[in-house]
Amino acid sequence: MRRDGVLTDYDPGSLFCEMLRPGEASHHALSLLRAKLANLPVEALRRRAADAERDLLARGITFTVYSDATAIDRILPFDLIPRVITAEEWHTLETGVIQRVKALNLFLHDIYHDRKILADGVVPRELVLGNTAYAQMMVGFDPPHGTYVHVCGTDIIRDDAGRFMVLEDNARTPSGVAYVVENRHMTARVLSDVMAGLRVRGVDEYGLRLQRAMTEIAPAGVSDPQVVVLSPGIYNSAYFEHVFLAREMGVPLVEGRDLVVLDGSVWMRTTAGLAPVHTIYRRLNDDFLDPDVFRADSTLGVRGLMQAWHSGRVSLANAIGTGVADDKAVYAYMPRIIRYYLGEDAILPNVDTRICAERDGLAHTLAHLHELVVKPVAESGGYGLLIGPHATKAELEEFRRRLIADPANYISQPMIRLSVSPTLCDSGVHARHVDLRPFAVTGRDTWVLPGGLTRVALRPGSLVVNSSQGGGSKDTWVLA
Amino acid sequence: MSEAVSAGKYLIARHAGSALWLARYMERIENLARLLDVTKTFAGDAEGGRNWLSLLRINGDESAFFEKHSMPEAASVAHFYLLDADNPTSVQSSIRYAKDNARTLRALISTEMWLQINLFHSRIGELTAIDIVPEQISDVCEMLKEGVQAHTGITEGTFYRDQCWHFYMLGRHLERADQITRLVDTKFNAMLSPAATDAAIDAGQWNELLRAAAGYHAYRREYPHGYVPREVASFLLLHGGFPRSARLNLLQADWHLMQLRGRYQLRGCAQALERLDHLQTMLNSQTVDEILNRGLSPFLDWVQSEVAALHADIMTNLCGG
Repeated sequence: MRRDGVLTDYDPGSLFCEMLRPGEASHHALSLLRAKLANLPVEALRRRAADAERDLLARGITFTVYSDATAIDRILPFDLIPRVITAEEWHTLETGVIQRVKALNLFLHDIYHDRKILADGVVPRELVLGNTAYAQMMVGFDPPHGTYVHVCGTDIIRDDAGRFMVLEDNARTPSGVAYVVENRHMTARVLSDVMAGLRVRGVDEYGLRLQRAMTEIAPAGVSDPQVVVLSPGIYNSAYFEHVFLAREMGVPLVEGRDLVVLDGSVWMRTTAGLAPVHTIYRRLNDDFLDPDVFRADSTLGVRGLMQAWHSGRVSLANAIGTGVADDKAVYAYMPRIIRYYLGEDAILPNVDTRICAERDGLAHTLAHLHELVVKPVAESGGYGLLIGPHATKAELEEFRRRLIADPANYISQPMIRLSVSPTLCDSGVHARHVDLRPFAVTGRDTWVLPGGLTRVALRPGSLVVNSSQGGGSKDTWVLA
Repeated sequence: MSEAVSAGKYLIARHAGSALWLARYMERIENLARLLDVTKTFAGDAEGGRNWLSLLRINGDESAFFEKHSMPEAASVAHFYLLDADNPTSVQSSIRYAKDNARTLRALISTEMWLQINLFHSRIGELTAIDIVPEQISDVCEMLKEGVQAHTGITEGTFYRDQCWHFYMLGRHLERADQITRLVDTKFNAMLSPAATDAAIDAGQWNELLRAAAGYHAYRREYPHGYVPREVASFLLLHGGFPRSARLNLLQADWHLMQLRGRYQLRGCAQALERLDHLQTMLNSQTVDEILNRGLSPFLDWVQSEVAALHADIMTNLCGG
């Protein structure tokens, strides 16, 4: 009886496959991995996947659909077949992410101080100063080491030629890193034979690196700074990750009600009374941090926190007002921002993005409307989005009118045929689209966790990798 | 801010409270399962209804129960305690509260503890009317007892012995001290009521009482000649070797508070220690005869209210209120 191996019937067609890599020079570790997968029957893989699923369920890392109403742990379904990144590719990704984070921090420092980049006309003044995420209180404020974005998640995709490009920067409170480590634990447990003999870079260092960065950014003069993780609480969908972060750093996981500002400093309520807090890794959005300054109705934050922070008594990661830097419209300027501050070309290019506020960009967009994705810049999410190739003639005309009426509100990008990775589905192993979110941690310097979160669109043909829309995740193996 | 406690070794006050509550809710599940099981076993006779009623009385649930049910019998009481998620004293509520507290403590408790509570929660949540028909009640109680015992064992083997563990253990000992006084109070009231003649208090009822408290075999070894009410009361309340006696649990609570005050220099322990000291003196300085002569019930009421006050002292002074 023929027993089908994992890759026997797998066919990615003309898409770029992270596993097969047609046309690339032979790569020893990848060949070894493919050979191992070829010898692993699909049914064996399915049994192991079920085993992993049960384990995730028992750990409460996942929820099942039928108990949706009461379950408060989020699932990111896990696909067992790893996504592989070669050492050379990782070198490009790592240096590219470090370059980008450096530029983001320089940009933030500039727009909250001298605003040279605005004066030089590289980025439109209104786009920055009129941005809802622009924080007035940051003006003139100097965070330790000039770091604003301490934890950055850069969403990276690959097109059908295998070119990496940045789709989005997440400079506020990017999540997903806990899945990276949990996914690795899972593959190490149920796929150890496949992993054996391959030199895959570890991901366990994250907590130590983060703890070190949080210590580095503590207010000057504190010898043994107290770091805490600030969570909205146990009912938050990312609570599992907040627990992970606190545990991996070995620091208390607190809620707003555990903290108090007294005499200008931040304290936590402990069994021994009030104890000082020096660095807060907050997993709350700006709006919820301090009812005195932001939303008065929010009970999640800490009254007086902004004052304590502004006077340098406590450090926050990430800083307030970083949202300007990961704005969709500002994204379009990132290659120019990198060149402006660093005098270098972006190592990781943007998706070819046209800014409709600019004459050439608008002309190009109007001429190619039926092949482009046009995104509004003010909103995040899919509202008012045009996917040219999927739109009817009437929809295209309607959108054309809207675009001409308010071009500054739009950017356009080509449709990218995302790379794929073999993925276990009900009917066998099929090609599914993937993206990648590496995590960069910055205190004094920037360190990037090898790999990152690979998200996979589980529906056939779908380009949407979001967990809320049928996305899953894979372990990401960076080969040493 | 004491120098004895290094940065990073602080315990968030709210987490201390969660640890204490986690232990209490888990203990309650086992305790309730024991009571249901023995009540079911010994309720086959004409006194059945009264037995079910006394179970409600132990938990102070009579009025809540009669709002929903007319007759205390196996089916209604089992529903009330095993399935009714709206009843705050049901196992459904206890495991839910326990899980919420465990979730709050997830960064502090062991992964194994969390895993087991999570599975136990699902198992309890899956109970349906079919599982709790009278013939099945014992099996369900067995499952509940085993679940809590697994929790207790995993906790013993994996919970790091830091401040958080001491608060957890305080919760367990306070709950056990509270439960045993309730059990003795209710059962002795029923058994020593004017209506009950000595002859009516047969071995079966003593048997039931001791089994509910997991003390039957130990009692037989300790007092092989038979059942004497004062000896049963003395065993359950004052025996230093019986794991659920009030005396032993208060002694253990005392040790944990002393550790918290000594090793962790928590000044907030003072009020609780003072109260506990007085409570222990009152328990240790009297013989069971003296207690019985002065009135068992008022004494047990006082012990219960002191245990509750002890809990309140700890919550207020150490756990952020």
